[in-house]
Amino acid sequence: MHQDNPPLTRAAQVAAAADRQEIRNRWFLASPALFIIFFAAIGPLFIVLVFSFLTPADYGGVVWKPSGQAWFQVLFEKDIFDDTTTFADAHLSILWRSVKLSFFTTLIALAFGFPTAYFISTRPEKSRDIWLFLITIPFWTNLLIRTFAVQEVIRNEGIFNTVLMKLGIISSPIQIMFTDVAIMLGMLYVYLPLMVLPLYASMEKLDFRLVEAGYDLYANRFQVLRRVIIPLVKPGIIAGSILVFIPSLGAYVTPRVLGGGKNMMLGNLIELQFGQGRNWPLGAALSITLMAIVMIALMIYVRSAGRSEVRHG
Amino acid sequence: MGRAGSGERRSAIEAIGVSKVFGNGDDAVRALDNVDVTIRENEFFTLLGPSGCGKTTLLRLIAGFDFPTEGEIRLYGEDIAPLPPFKRPVNTVFQNYALFPHMTVAQNIGFGLEMLGKPKVEIDARISEMLKLVRMEELRNRRTSQISGGQQQRVALARALAPRPKVLLLDEPLSALDFKLRKDMQIELKRLQHETGITFIFVTHDQEEALTMSDRIAVMSKGHILQIGSPRDIYDRPAERFVANFIGDTNFLEGQVKEVRGSKARITLDAGAEVEAGISEGANPQGNVTIVVRPEHAAIQARPGADALKGTLENIVYFGTDTHFHVKLASGPHFIVRQQNRHGAGEEFKTGMPVGVEIGQNAAQVLKD
Repeated sequence: MHQDNPPLTRAAQVAAAADRQEIRNRWFLASPALFIIFFAAIGPLFIVLVFSFLTPADYGGVVWKPSGQAWFQVLFEKDIFDDTTTFADAHLSILWRSVKLSFFTTLIALAFGFPTAYFISTRPEKSRDIWLFLITIPFWTNLLIRTFAVQEVIRNEGIFNTVLMKLGIISSPIQIMFTDVAIMLGMLYVYLPLMVLPLYASMEKLDFRLVEAGYDLYANRFQVLRRVIIPLVKPGIIAGSILVFIPSLGAYVTPRVLGGGKNMMLGNLIELQFGQGRNWPLGAALSITLMAIVMIALMIYVRSAGRSEVRHG
Repeated sequence: MGRAGSGERRSAIEAIGVSKVFGNGDDAVRALDNVDVTIRENEFFTLLGPSGCGKTTLLRLIAGFDFPTEGEIRLYGEDIAPLPPFKRPVNTVFQNYALFPHMTVAQNIGFGLEMLGKPKVEIDARISEMLKLVRMEELRNRRTSQISGGQQQRVALARALAPRPKVLLLDEPLSALDFKLRKDMQIELKRLQHETGITFIFVTHDQEEALTMSDRIAVMSKGHILQIGSPRDIYDRPAERFVANFIGDTNFLEGQVKEVRGSKARITLDAGAEVEAGISEGANPQGNVTIVVRPEHAAIQARPGADALKGTLENIVYFGTDTHFHVKLASGPHFIVRQQNRHGAGEEFKTGMPVGVEIGQNAAQVLKD
């Protein structure tokens, strides 16, 4: 039987067996990651999706009776007295506030993060690590404590108002707490490092001889920034914006502490449905809505970024 | 000496007492030390020297990427040292080309004109003209990452030439190319300089490149310019040991000045013979001196004549086009003679045999140091 096997075929068989072994090894090595993706991400997501189509139980939880009621409630509400259907204004205004605040937080984070990242990436190599370390220090502290620290600065009796009043610039404190501005300031402070780090990563790779080439070819500072630096660090701008926009949209602690009960964002609304609201299906439907918004925003962003890439090329 | 010899042409760039110090305190490095140089209009001028000699620093000062610590840089008589690079009518071809990776070939070439605010029609016409000049018409809309190193080099040249700079600076532009391509580009560069009539300032550490391309060469070392002259001046009449050593192979011989007559001196060599050697401008040789003789300016003799330096043939190295004879002179030093290979010649020489070395007329030059 061995004589029937030409040497080449035998070699091919051995190679094929080695390939199979290699593939088995790869699956084995990937298994922890696959386990987490399946049981910690996809699984719960599926449960949330299922719950959004069930009926709320009286004291939280769900009753296993299919219903589209939760999805209806995301956008509409029925008047309890005359049964007329109107738009759920509260939900829509919270949704609008979430998108608006996240958008501006991202924009301001970019405006502050860009020069910061540029500054760090143009330092001598030795001191860059120190700057990056300083940028990431806030991450070492609990989010809640950081948010209370912001509150301590901006509240009516806080540092900001006290100093301005002592200097005689204002006579009564500026109300910042429990406004959209307070939420935005808090989110900006918390998420700024998420903008700076990816921006730094792409600026660090930027070949500064291209900047010199720009200057050499009669581009002034602004033109070099617009025509050379920004197009080349675009991946960092996209990554940083995504990393700030997404957690801002789902922010919970910051609007809760700095925005108070009135200025809710989507995260707070969802928490409300799972907590006091005792409407788990609505909470689940809102969660899925939030995810959908994030996905759509991402798709629009990536596509528009991709298009301008082609235009430049 | 042709174009290089005519001194009446206007000066394009003048560096006057230029020094550049990087860093401060104990870390301070003096990259340029009181450099004076005048570069003439339409000249192919080369700054030649080993890495760290200050040649790139001088180029960057002319481009405006760095500013001199002391001294003036003049462009057609006007001090441009305080101007930022985007206000100088000077363009650079960078060592790594520094093409914009997010733009096409045409967008790269048109960038300078666009920044100068030229109308689109004019820019397009100029891009076409430049692409034709560097023979790259068919690659107009390629991305710069999709073309070869040699093509990138051409695009970099076209991009720098497109705004019609008064002076073109070239920072070791050929160093990344392979040998064959480098040879082609050397000829190409000479052609471009001839056709455009723009003053080229070329930085290189490659002595052969400098000799073949330049009208004049400035040899630099440790922040100083040691000698400025035509390639022939630099090669045949090196003023200093560093220059002689850096460019080509050289023989050094010690001797005594016997008498000085005009630009010539009679030297009695320690090796026995007496030779007539040229003197560099401004030098006044006395007593013990060193002379240099290029290997191809001497001849080897199987039967030494009366004026010849006597020695033993130690080694014969065959190079195809020529042969190097390594001679140990009776007085001690080694001497290399290079002789072109003619059919059948040189076969009478064997290692170990006694030979004579004859130094040709006008072959020797007295060093300043």
